[in-house]
Amino acid sequence: MSFLVNLGLGLLFGVGLVISGMADPAKVLNFLDLFGTWDPSLAFVMGGAVVVAFAGYRLVLARGEPIVGGSFHLPTRNDIDARVIAGPAIFGIGWGLGGFCPGPALTALGLGASGTLAFVPAMIIGMWTARLIGEAVSRTSNV
Amino acid sequence: MTEFTPIASLIGGMMIGLSAVLLMLWEGRIAGISGIAGRLLPPYRDGAFLSRLGFVVGLIAAPLVIAVATGEAVGQTVSSNIPLMVAAGFLVGFGSVWGNGCTSGHGVCGLSRLSARSFAATGVFMAAAFVTVFLVRHVIGG
Repeated sequence: MSFLVNLGLGLLFGVGLVISGMADPAKVLNFLDLFGTWDPSLAFVMGGAVVVAFAGYRLVLARGEPIVGGSFHLPTRNDIDARVIAGPAIFGIGWGLGGFCPGPALTALGLGASGTLAFVPAMIIGMWTARLIGEAVSRTSNV
Repeated sequence: MTEFTPIASLIGGMMIGLSAVLLMLWEGRIAGISGIAGRLLPPYRDGAFLSRLGFVVGLIAAPLVIAVATGEAVGQTVSSNIPLMVAAGFLVGFGSVWGNGCTSGHGVCGLSRLSARSFAATGVFMAAAFVTVFLVRHVIGG
């Protein structure tokens, strides 16, 4: 059941990415090109998403618990450490080079562009590498 | 040049926000794609594998469903510079998991929760991306 609900939500998210233009790297790179062929459209994507999520999260969290699973899994950390600066800096450089962040890259997979087929496996390897190094580091620091 | 599409972008953005809200309502999780995709590979720490798989299958199916529904292929322009895209993909994957989130987890969900950590992360990845595109298009490529 959770598989099907998540499939529907992933579909909604992915359709949103395509309709908004976020799944087209050319549009993302033009949004990031402030001093060239700037296309401000993607500011509206972020704006629309944040307005809906800001209001919707308040309504949902006021329920006290989700429909399944018993409790909300919310990030508890609010400190700004080196990882939450270095990670986004590395991510931003890759985003500026390729025009894909993780959601749009996965969404574009089925369209089969050669650049996407190169990007996604490298992204998955990058994610896995960061997880394994991160877990090794936290094990070492806990000793 | 790409066409300025404020209405379509706003509607698409609202669908992304709605998906995030409904995921929180259903099973209480943040709709962060780097977190969801990054945990599809082992080690598995919780019982949410099938949920994550479903979400990713939905993402991948989206343009195909749109193509079937509208009868038109989804247009996009992706660089065919393979070494560049491999490097970009690795940086995006590594950086987003190292920093605990990407455009969706920190950008959409984190900003909506008014998380100081996510505001910092979003500011850094936006700045890094703006500077990268500036260097590539106007310094190296200019």
